[in-house]
Amino acid sequence: MSRSLALPHSPASVRARQRLREMAIEWALRACAFSAVAGLVLIVVFVFKEAWPILSNPETQKEASLAGFVATPLWQPVGEVPKYGLIPLLTGTVKVVLIAMLFAVPLSVLAAVYSSEFAPPRVREVLKPAIEMLAGIPSVVMGFFALMVLASWLQSVTHSPMRLNALTAGIALGLGIIPTIFTVAEDALRAVPRSFREASLGLGASAWQTAWHVSLPAASAGVGAGVLLGLGRAVGETMIVLMASGNAAITSADAFDSVRTLSASIAAELAEVVVGSPHYSTLFFLGALLFTVTFLINVAAGAFVERLRKRLAGA
Amino acid sequence: MSALGLPLVPLPELPRARRADWSGSGFTLLSAIAAGLIVLMVVVILGDVALNGWATVTWEFLAGAPREGMTKGGIFPAIYGTLLLVVLMVVALVPFGVGAAVWLHLYARQDSWFTKSVRFAVHNLAGVPSIVFGLFGLGFFIQFIGREMDRAMGLDVVWGQPALLWASLTLALLNLPVVIVTTEESLRTVARDQREASLALGATRWQTVRHVLLPQALPGILTGAILAVARGAGEVAPILFTGAAYFLPFLPKAPTDQFMELGYHVFVLATQSPDVDATRPLLYGTVMVLLALTFLLNLTAILLRSRLRARLLGRG
Repeated sequence: MSRSLALPHSPASVRARQRLREMAIEWALRACAFSAVAGLVLIVVFVFKEAWPILSNPETQKEASLAGFVATPLWQPVGEVPKYGLIPLLTGTVKVVLIAMLFAVPLSVLAAVYSSEFAPPRVREVLKPAIEMLAGIPSVVMGFFALMVLASWLQSVTHSPMRLNALTAGIALGLGIIPTIFTVAEDALRAVPRSFREASLGLGASAWQTAWHVSLPAASAGVGAGVLLGLGRAVGETMIVLMASGNAAITSADAFDSVRTLSASIAAELAEVVVGSPHYSTLFFLGALLFTVTFLINVAAGAFVERLRKRLAGA
Repeated sequence: MSALGLPLVPLPELPRARRADWSGSGFTLLSAIAAGLIVLMVVVILGDVALNGWATVTWEFLAGAPREGMTKGGIFPAIYGTLLLVVLMVVALVPFGVGAAVWLHLYARQDSWFTKSVRFAVHNLAGVPSIVFGLFGLGFFIQFIGREMDRAMGLDVVWGQPALLWASLTLALLNLPVVIVTTEESLRTVARDQREASLALGATRWQTVRHVLLPQALPGILTGAILAVARGAGEVAPILFTGAAYFLPFLPKAPTDQFMELGYHVFVLATQSPDVDATRPLLYGTVMVLLALTFLLNLTAILLRSRLRARLLGRG
């Protein structure tokens, strides 16, 4: 295979053609990079566009409007008089996400501390692949496990009347976000310079004192970023809650009540909805809401990572 | 006062017979228990699937079609649909992802607003919930692009409906950050001096990319593509409204056809079955096939990546 290189003595016409080719390729590559920006912008435009009638179209607003979302206490989109109250969905989402975070954050952060501070290399060689496997389990499989196995176990322990409830969905969701929190937190802990730990140990602090008083505070921004990324995933995660929560839109603070979340409502209802109807616009509005909330959480997580980088670089 | 004129520091009291540090060992123990619990849960989930699923996965199961209201038969259409879906996704995804990573690594001025906005988009695209990608696929690909194509070609409804093509393009966008990030990471492992040597010999930037960077970054590009495939095969939310079908009596032939898919089939069997006990073995079998597929893919990606990391460390 002959490779034409731009040698200094090649004729001007050849060099000009080559320069043109180089420019064309550079623009093609730039276009590829732009596709990420275009994708994000198109998501915003098209999800918000389909939700727009809620704010602008009087016909749609007769059935579904912002005021109605807040004032209606019920979510009954397929009744004779459809009711689109977001309160049950919002309480449901908050409840499930809260349970998931209460379950996942302590477990993942403690496990990350163990992995980065105390674990002998051999144990780490088991722990890390196990986490990667957990991360590799598709969420529909986690939902399946919650539905078939976890729900029965929890019911036999708690004797809750409803088999599928906020607790089942929350724990399954927690399992789903453990890898995210663990991985980011562990990366942050391992990025703490060796000298920090050596100074602490050299001053006579024990391993756990070093972990608690030196490593964790130094990596706190990274641990925070991990928790936020986990939160973002939990809010948007769909299949697990769709399969394990029971999907009844009940407004209550009871963890043993069945719940319906924002994401599960979209997944369960959109396929049967008439395009352009108030129900359709409402479901896109829920999507726009989910997008906005997770976007803000991710931007905050990015800021945390930036702070960690500065802190460790400036040390 | 000592000979140097400095105040004498009293010697620290030596620890008497080492008092046990209860709170300390408690904390260490707690963290070990947390790690152990996570490993245990992984073992329980995988063990449950393997124990209940292995007997179902036979040749007839893999090669047959569902029968009798999905209470008998196999899952071949779902396997076939999944393969078509991820192949189309990779074809659409890899050129864009690799192109974007090459540009970010070699061409981009790191402080320009354009580069920053690309990085911002990649970071935030990765955090968009998968159900929102499903909404986007429906709103953009089907309702906008598909409808406009039908109108332009004077067709009834061919493109403007859920289809294999739209589902795979939706998944491609979902996985774009995965490919960009892993490819860029692997481009960084190519030693700087090789790149500079190539440029110094008079090779153009594209020649350097083509003959120096890309061949060496190949394992990383493969890793990204495989991770995307593993994720694509398991994601259900984005294809719920963009092309996946509950049941089809035929295999998809055109990109405008709907398709059956493993993950969606798990969802259908688990939640819509008229006879839970009759479906149970099929459900476990399908989950086992899906898990085996994603794990094999993930394992390959992990091995490739660890080889890549070893190379990076070896060069310092």
